Amino acid sequence: MSRFAPGDKVRVLADFTRPGHVRTPWYCRDKAGVVERVCGAFRNPEALAYAKDGLPELPLYRVRFAQRELWPDYRGGADDVVEIEIYEPWLLPAEA
Amino acid sequence: MHDDHTDGAHDHAHDHGARDFQPDLEDTHPFTEAQFLETALRELLIEKGVLTADELRGAIEFMDGRGAHLGAGVVARAWTDPGFKARLLADGTEAVELYGIPIRPTHLVVVENTPAVHNMIVCTLCSCYPRNLLGRPPLWYKSREYRSRAVREPRAVLEEFGTKIPADVEIRVHDSTADMRYLVLPMRPAGSERLSEAELAELVTRDAMVGVTVPRGPARATAE
Repeated sequence: MSRFAPGDKVRVLADFTRPGHVRTPWYCRDKAGVVERVCGAFRNPEALAYAKDGLPELPLYRVRFAQRELWPDYRGGADDVVEIEIYEPWLLPAEA
Repeated sequence: MHDDHTDGAHDHAHDHGARDFQPDLEDTHPFTEAQFLETALRELLIEKGVLTADELRGAIEFMDGRGAHLGAGVVARAWTDPGFKARLLADGTEAVELYGIPIRPTHLVVVENTPAVHNMIVCTLCSCYPRNLLGRPPLWYKSREYRSRAVREPRAVLEEFGTKIPADVEIRVHDSTADMRYLVLPMRPAGSERLSEAELAELVTRDAMVGVTVPRGPARATAE
Protein backbone atom coordinates (compact mmCIF):
# COMPACT_ATOMS: atom_id res chain seq x y z
CA MET A 1 0.00 0.00 0.00
CA SER A 2 1.21 3.48 -0.72
CA ARG A 3 1.31 6.09 1.98
CA PHE A 4 0.70 9.10 -0.28
CA ALA A 5 -1.88 9.88 -2.95
CA PRO A 6 -1.82 12.29 -5.89
CA GLY A 7 -2.12 15.86 -4.65
CA ASP A 8 -0.49 15.15 -1.30
CA LYS A 9 2.16 17.62 -0.19
CA VAL A 10 5.47 15.94 0.60
CA ARG A 11 9.01 16.88 1.53
CA VAL A 12 12.13 14.96 0.54
CA LEU A 13 14.37 13.83 3.38
CA ALA A 14 17.19 16.21 4.28
CA ASP A 15 19.65 13.32 4.06
CA PHE A 16 22.74 14.57 2.27
CA THR A 17 25.13 11.87 3.36
CA ARG A 18 23.57 8.51 2.49
CA PRO A 19 26.13 6.52 0.52
CA GLY A 20 25.54 4.06 -2.28
CA HIS A 21 23.27 3.80 -5.29
CA VAL A 22 20.81 6.50 -4.25
CA ARG A 23 18.30 7.49 -6.95
CA THR A 24 17.05 10.64 -5.18
CA PRO A 25 18.81 13.57 -6.84
CA TRP A 26 20.73 15.85 -4.51
CA TYR A 27 19.00 18.99 -5.79
CA CYS A 28 15.55 17.94 -4.52
CA ARG A 29 16.56 16.84 -1.03
CA ASP A 30 14.82 18.82 1.73
CA LYS A 31 12.55 20.36 -0.95
CA ALA A 32 8.75 20.36 -0.85
CA GLY A 33 6.57 19.17 -3.69
CA VAL A 34 3.25 17.57 -4.59
CA VAL A 35 2.64 13.94 -5.53
CA GLU A 36 1.77 13.86 -9.25
CA ARG A 37 1.09 10.12 -9.47
CA VAL A 38 1.79 6.79 -7.83
CA CYS A 39 3.90 4.76 -10.27
CA GLY A 40 3.50 1.39 -8.57
CA ALA A 41 5.85 -0.67 -6.43
CA PHE A 42 9.42 -1.45 -7.43
CA ARG A 43 12.43 -3.15 -5.91
CA ASN A 44 14.69 -0.89 -3.92
CA PRO A 45 17.62 0.16 -6.16
CA GLU A 46 19.73 1.02 -3.12
CA ALA A 47 19.74 -2.73 -2.31
CA LEU A 48 19.63 -4.09 -5.87
CA ALA A 49 22.90 -2.31 -6.63
CA TYR A 50 24.58 -4.54 -4.06
CA ALA A 51 23.14 -7.78 -5.47
CA LYS A 52 20.46 -8.01 -2.79
CA ASP A 53 16.87 -8.81 -3.77
CA GLY A 54 15.58 -5.28 -3.15
CA LEU A 55 12.48 -6.62 -1.40
CA PRO A 56 10.03 -5.58 -0.13
CA GLU A 57 9.10 -3.49 -3.12
CA LEU A 58 8.77 0.22 -2.43
CA PRO A 59 6.02 2.53 -3.66
CA LEU A 60 7.44 4.91 -6.24
CA TYR A 61 5.99 8.38 -6.81
CA ARG A 62 6.36 11.13 -9.32
CA VAL A 63 6.68 14.33 -7.33
CA ARG A 64 6.20 17.76 -8.88
CA PHE A 65 8.44 20.59 -7.63
CA ALA A 66 8.14 24.26 -8.53
CA GLN A 67 11.39 25.42 -10.11
CA ARG A 68 11.45 28.30 -7.61
CA GLU A 69 11.33 25.80 -4.76
CA LEU A 70 14.33 23.95 -6.19
CA TRP A 71 16.26 27.06 -7.23
CA PRO A 72 15.18 30.25 -5.45
CA ASP A 73 16.92 32.35 -8.11
CA TYR A 74 15.22 30.55 -11.03
CA ARG A 75 14.56 33.05 -13.78
CA GLY A 76 12.17 31.15 -16.09
CA GLY A 77 8.40 31.14 -15.83
CA ALA A 78 6.74 31.09 -12.39
CA ASP A 79 4.78 27.98 -13.42
CA ASP A 80 7.83 25.98 -14.55
CA VAL A 81 8.24 22.66 -12.74
CA VAL A 82 10.43 19.57 -12.50
CA GLU A 83 8.91 16.14 -11.91
CA ILE A 84 11.10 13.53 -10.23
CA GLU A 85 10.62 9.85 -9.39
CA ILE A 86 11.16 9.28 -5.67
CA TYR A 87 10.79 6.12 -3.57
CA GLU A 88 8.54 6.31 -0.55
CA PRO A 89 11.18 6.08 2.25
CA TRP A 90 12.62 9.36 0.98
CA LEU A 91 9.36 11.25 1.49
CA LEU A 92 7.74 12.83 4.55
CA PRO A 93 4.30 14.38 4.73
CA ALA A 94 4.54 18.17 4.43
CA GLU A 95 2.17 20.65 5.94
CA ALA A 96 -0.07 22.55 3.52
CA MET B 1 59.54 14.64 -60.47
CA HIS B 2 56.84 17.29 -60.59
CA ASP B 3 57.97 20.81 -60.00
CA ASP B 4 54.90 21.49 -57.95
CA HIS B 5 52.34 19.53 -55.96
CA THR B 6 49.05 20.28 -57.64
CA ASP B 7 47.92 16.98 -59.10
CA GLY B 8 44.42 15.78 -58.21
CA ALA B 9 44.10 14.60 -54.67
CA HIS B 10 47.05 16.61 -53.49
CA ASP B 11 45.78 19.99 -54.57
CA HIS B 12 46.30 21.54 -51.17
CA ALA B 13 49.12 23.07 -49.23
CA HIS B 14 50.24 21.47 -46.02
CA ASP B 15 53.07 19.36 -44.73
CA HIS B 16 52.76 15.62 -44.83
CA GLY B 17 54.29 14.70 -41.51
CA ALA B 18 54.95 11.24 -40.15
CA ARG B 19 51.70 11.35 -38.15
CA ASP B 20 49.49 12.74 -40.87
CA PHE B 21 46.75 10.13 -40.76
CA GLN B 22 43.45 9.61 -39.07
CA PRO B 23 44.22 8.53 -35.50
CA ASP B 24 43.15 5.01 -34.60
CA LEU B 25 40.25 4.69 -32.17
CA GLU B 26 42.54 2.96 -29.69
CA ASP B 27 44.82 6.00 -29.68
CA THR B 28 42.15 8.60 -29.03
CA HIS B 29 40.17 6.44 -26.59
CA PRO B 30 42.62 4.28 -24.64
CA PHE B 31 41.09 1.23 -23.00
CA THR B 32 39.70 1.84 -19.55
CA GLU B 33 39.76 -0.63 -16.66
CA ALA B 34 36.08 -1.34 -17.28
CA GLN B 35 36.77 -2.22 -20.92
CA PHE B 36 39.51 -4.66 -19.97
CA LEU B 37 37.08 -6.21 -17.49
CA GLU B 38 34.38 -6.44 -20.18
CA THR B 39 36.76 -8.06 -22.65
CA ALA B 40 37.94 -10.60 -20.10
CA LEU B 41 34.40 -11.44 -18.99
CA ARG B 42 33.12 -11.70 -22.58
CA GLU B 43 35.94 -14.03 -23.61
CA LEU B 44 35.37 -16.21 -20.57
CA LEU B 45 31.61 -16.44 -21.16
CA ILE B 46 32.23 -17.54 -24.75
CA GLU B 47 35.04 -19.91 -23.80
CA LYS B 48 32.88 -21.58 -21.13
CA GLY B 49 29.98 -21.91 -23.55
CA VAL B 50 27.62 -19.65 -21.59
CA LEU B 51 27.10 -17.42 -24.62
CA THR B 52 28.10 -17.67 -28.23
CA ALA B 53 29.80 -14.86 -30.10
CA ASP B 54 26.87 -14.84 -32.50
CA GLU B 55 24.37 -14.39 -29.67
CA LEU B 56 26.32 -11.38 -28.45
CA ARG B 57 26.57 -9.96 -31.95
CA GLY B 58 22.83 -10.53 -32.40
CA ALA B 59 22.04 -8.70 -29.16
CA ILE B 60 24.06 -5.70 -30.31
CA GLU B 61 22.39 -5.82 -33.70
CA PHE B 62 18.99 -5.81 -31.97
CA MET B 63 19.97 -2.82 -29.82
CA ASP B 64 21.32 -0.90 -32.80
CA GLY B 65 18.17 -1.70 -34.80
CA ARG B 66 15.97 0.18 -32.37
CA GLY B 67 15.62 3.85 -33.17
CA ALA B 68 13.48 6.94 -33.31
CA HIS B 69 11.34 5.44 -36.09
CA LEU B 70 9.67 3.32 -33.40
CA GLY B 71 8.71 6.30 -31.25
CA ALA B 72 7.68 8.25 -34.34
CA GLY B 73 5.22 5.48 -35.25
CA VAL B 74 3.68 5.65 -31.78
CA VAL B 75 3.33 9.45 -32.00
CA ALA B 76 1.78 9.31 -35.47
CA ARG B 77 -0.71 6.69 -34.27
CA ALA B 78 -1.63 8.93 -31.32
CA TRP B 79 -2.14 11.89 -33.67
CA THR B 80 -4.53 9.90 -35.85
CA ASP B 81 -6.31 7.64 -33.34
CA PRO B 82 -7.89 9.45 -30.35
CA GLY B 83 -8.62 6.14 -28.59
CA PHE B 84 -4.97 5.09 -28.82
CA LYS B 85 -3.86 8.51 -27.61
CA ALA B 86 -6.13 8.27 -24.57
CA ARG B 87 -4.75 4.82 -23.71
CA LEU B 88 -1.19 6.02 -24.30
CA LEU B 89 -1.53 8.90 -21.86
CA ALA B 90 -3.36 6.78 -19.28
CA ASP B 91 -0.90 3.86 -19.37
CA GLY B 92 2.01 4.23 -21.76
CA THR B 93 3.46 0.79 -21.02
CA GLU B 94 0.24 -1.05 -21.80
CA ALA B 95 -0.63 1.01 -24.89
CA VAL B 96 2.80 0.68 -26.51
CA GLU B 97 3.07 -3.04 -25.75
CA LEU B 98 -0.35 -3.60 -27.38
CA TYR B 99 0.94 -1.56 -30.33
CA GLY B 100 3.77 -4.11 -30.53
CA ILE B 101 6.85 -2.63 -28.82
CA PRO B 102 8.03 -4.29 -25.58
CA ILE B 103 8.70 -1.81 -22.75
CA ARG B 104 9.02 -3.84 -19.54
CA PRO B 105 10.74 -4.17 -17.09
CA THR B 106 10.78 -0.37 -17.16
CA HIS B 107 7.49 1.51 -17.51
CA LEU B 108 6.56 4.20 -19.98
CA VAL B 109 5.07 7.57 -19.12
CA VAL B 110 3.94 9.57 -22.14
CA VAL B 111 3.71 13.31 -21.52
CA GLU B 112 1.68 15.48 -23.86
CA ASN B 113 2.69 18.89 -25.14
CA THR B 114 -0.18 21.36 -25.31
CA PRO B 115 -0.44 25.09 -26.05
CA ALA B 116 0.01 25.58 -22.27
CA VAL B 117 2.70 22.98 -21.41
CA HIS B 118 6.01 21.99 -22.99
CA ASN B 119 7.64 18.79 -21.71
CA MET B 120 11.32 17.92 -21.75
CA ILE B 121 13.15 14.76 -20.64
CA VAL B 122 16.45 14.35 -18.80
CA CYS B 123 18.13 11.86 -16.52
CA THR B 124 20.24 13.89 -14.13
CA LEU B 125 21.72 10.79 -12.51
CA CYS B 126 22.93 8.86 -15.54
CA SER B 127 21.42 8.34 -18.99
CA CYS B 128 18.00 6.70 -18.53
CA TYR B 129 16.30 6.99 -21.90
CA PRO B 130 13.39 5.26 -23.67
CA ARG B 131 15.73 3.01 -25.68
CA ASN B 132 12.93 0.66 -26.70
CA LEU B 133 11.32 3.56 -28.56
CA LEU B 134 14.25 5.80 -29.51
CA GLY B 135 17.31 3.57 -29.60
CA ARG B 136 20.51 4.61 -27.95
CA PRO B 137 20.66 8.12 -26.50
CA PRO B 138 22.67 10.83 -28.28
CA LEU B 139 25.95 11.83 -26.66
CA TRP B 140 24.65 15.21 -25.57
CA TYR B 141 21.87 13.52 -23.58
CA LYS B 142 24.54 11.83 -21.47
CA SER B 143 26.71 14.93 -21.10
CA ARG B 144 27.10 16.52 -17.69
CA GLU B 145 26.18 19.84 -19.23
CA TYR B 146 22.76 18.72 -20.50
CA ARG B 147 22.05 16.67 -17.38
CA SER B 148 22.80 19.50 -14.99
CA ARG B 149 21.39 22.43 -16.95
CA ALA B 150 18.14 20.82 -18.14
CA VAL B 151 16.72 21.02 -14.62
CA ARG B 152 18.41 24.31 -13.70
CA GLU B 153 17.82 26.51 -16.74
CA PRO B 154 15.69 24.53 -19.21
CA ARG B 155 14.68 27.58 -21.23
CA ALA B 156 18.32 28.47 -21.93
CA VAL B 157 19.03 24.87 -22.95
CA LEU B 158 15.99 24.85 -25.24
CA GLU B 159 17.13 28.06 -26.91
CA GLU B 160 20.50 26.48 -27.61
CA PHE B 161 18.59 23.75 -29.45
CA GLY B 162 16.85 26.52 -31.41
CA THR B 163 13.62 26.07 -29.50
CA LYS B 164 11.92 29.17 -28.17
CA ILE B 165 9.04 28.46 -25.82
CA PRO B 166 6.84 31.49 -25.00
CA ALA B 167 7.18 32.77 -21.43
CA ASP B 168 3.54 31.99 -20.63
CA VAL B 169 3.95 28.30 -21.54
CA GLU B 170 4.85 26.09 -18.58
CA ILE B 171 8.09 24.14 -18.98
CA ARG B 172 7.75 20.73 -17.34
CA VAL B 173 11.05 18.89 -17.02
CA HIS B 174 10.90 15.18 -16.26
CA ASP B 175 13.89 13.79 -14.39
CA SER B 176 14.04 10.10 -15.28
CA THR B 177 15.53 8.93 -12.00
CA ALA B 178 14.08 5.47 -11.41
CA ASP B 179 11.84 2.89 -13.12
CA MET B 180 9.87 5.14 -15.50
CA ARG B 181 10.93 6.08 -18.98
CA TYR B 182 9.47 9.10 -20.75
CA LEU B 183 8.32 9.98 -24.22
CA VAL B 184 7.10 13.43 -25.21
CA LEU B 185 3.97 13.43 -27.36
CA PRO B 186 4.51 16.61 -29.39
CA MET B 187 1.68 18.73 -30.76
CA ARG B 188 0.70 17.79 -34.29
CA PRO B 189 2.15 20.50 -36.51
CA ALA B 190 -0.05 22.93 -38.41
CA GLY B 191 -0.42 22.06 -42.07
CA SER B 192 -0.34 18.30 -41.46
CA GLU B 193 -4.12 17.80 -41.56
CA ARG B 194 -4.17 15.80 -44.80
CA LEU B 195 -1.13 13.62 -44.12
CA SER B 196 -1.41 9.88 -43.63
CA GLU B 197 -0.17 8.17 -40.47
CA ALA B 198 3.02 7.09 -42.30
CA GLU B 199 3.63 10.62 -43.60
CA LEU B 200 3.06 12.06 -40.14
CA ALA B 201 5.63 9.67 -38.66
CA GLU B 202 8.25 11.23 -40.94
CA LEU B 203 7.71 14.61 -39.26
CA VAL B 204 8.46 13.23 -35.79
CA THR B 205 12.11 13.47 -34.81
CA ARG B 206 14.06 11.97 -31.94
CA ASP B 207 14.74 15.41 -30.45
CA ALA B 208 11.03 16.29 -30.54
CA MET B 209 10.26 13.14 -28.54
CA VAL B 210 12.91 14.10 -25.96
CA GLY B 211 11.33 17.55 -25.92
CA VAL B 212 14.31 19.69 -26.88
CA THR B 213 12.56 20.75 -30.06
CA VAL B 214 9.13 20.63 -31.71
CA PRO B 215 8.24 18.95 -35.01
CA ARG B 216 8.05 21.13 -38.07
CA GLY B 217 5.08 21.07 -40.40
CA PRO B 218 5.34 19.40 -43.81
CA ALA B 219 7.64 21.29 -46.23
CA ARG B 220 4.92 21.37 -48.92
CA ALA B 221 2.52 23.22 -46.66
CA THR B 222 5.05 25.87 -45.70
CA ALA B 223 6.06 26.45 -49.35
CA GLU B 224 2.50 27.20 -50.43
